[in-house]
Amino acid sequence: MAQTATVPKSLWDGGRKPFKSSYGKLMMWFFLMSDAFTFSSLLVVYGVIRFSSHTPWAMPESVFTHFAGLYEWFHIEAPLAFVGLMTFILIASSVTMVLAVEAGHRMDQKQVEKYMLYTIIGGFMFLGCQAYEWFHFISGTHGAHHIAGAIHLIDGTVAQFMPDGALQVMNGEAHLNANLLDPSNAALFAELVPQASLLAEGGVHGINPSAIISGAGLTVNQYAQNPSFANLFFFITGFHGTHVASGVFLNFLIYKQTQSGELHRRGHYEMVEKVGLYWHFVDLVWVFVFTFFYLV
Amino acid sequence: MSDTHHADHSKGYDNDQSPYTHPDVHTHHDEAAGTLLRKKIWQVFWLLFGLTAFEFIIAFAMPRGTGRNLIYIGLTLVKAFYIVGTFMHLKDEVRNMITTILVGLTFILWFILAMLIEGNFYGKGWFLGL
Repeated sequence: MAQTATVPKSLWDGGRKPFKSSYGKLMMWFFLMSDAFTFSSLLVVYGVIRFSSHTPWAMPESVFTHFAGLYEWFHIEAPLAFVGLMTFILIASSVTMVLAVEAGHRMDQKQVEKYMLYTIIGGFMFLGCQAYEWFHFISGTHGAHHIAGAIHLIDGTVAQFMPDGALQVMNGEAHLNANLLDPSNAALFAELVPQASLLAEGGVHGINPSAIISGAGLTVNQYAQNPSFANLFFFITGFHGTHVASGVFLNFLIYKQTQSGELHRRGHYEMVEKVGLYWHFVDLVWVFVFTFFYLV
Repeated sequence: MSDTHHADHSKGYDNDQSPYTHPDVHTHHDEAAGTLLRKKIWQVFWLLFGLTAFEFIIAFAMPRGTGRNLIYIGLTLVKAFYIVGTFMHLKDEVRNMITTILVGLTFILWFILAMLIEGNFYGKGWFLGL
């Protein structure tokens, strides 16, 4: 009987671990695969709606111009810079996460604790940045003097009112930096815009106050005539933010388990590795969101 | 039932208390291997940082268009490769596991293609001139 203990089990008898990996790690990978499909469906839907939109889409660099501090104190606009900072924060927290995993492989409890804590702080910083961005996205950029709307110019091109009040021609080189609220520009707009084809309610001359929109909601927003732009922003960044928030929560649980010595007693820090996989995945998704939502 | 435990003890694994994990799969490494790995981690960090900064710069230095979008997609895939390969250390897993995950992800490529062609029917015919 004692001999059977030393005989290795056969392959189909549980003698070998699939992929030489543990159950928990494989299940985390399977979950992340399904999550990858969820996020890719969101981004694909973004692409399909954007490129099939009959009205001009918003320009991300003229929508996301607020940088915390710079805007409030110096009134400086920094297009996309704050999103860049958020990306940096998430990549940095990914690095501290992988350093925690590495420390776990050396059974160095103090370092695992330290790096898990850094990762959690990074997660909170990212969530704070996202709250700031949502606040400005919803409340509007320059106060209530914008029109969401596209107009057809005489030569057939389509122009859009930008958040700063300028009229931007979408399919050409021309970029009119003239504010349409300025009465002295009335002649210029009258020349370019045939009254009959005005889509913006109220027209250029004598803007109808009901057509003035500030910020973004679910049905209308100042950035683009198509409400889908704001809806997709809320859904995609919101769904990602939910992932970050639950990642912070999971990291905190594992941080507490590390601190109490629970993981050290097990003889391995595989739980750190598992939440690490999740955290890196959240970072990976943000890399794609950054490209396809903010840059393209 | 006790066979497994006995076998594990004979291999010198006494600390594993979880019934769900197999002791063979927990990788440990020494200080020297750790130093190498940390160096690699920081290299990947600077690479990701540099590529993101580059993407940020060409957002303003290059006009909007297909060429710029292709650069973005390329750089994003490079970043994804390093995040998945090094941070999620998929490169260190067995080849069958890497294949399983990558083959699964190719369905996303089909998904993108199918949705763009479908979207074309109610869109403006931008895709491949269809």
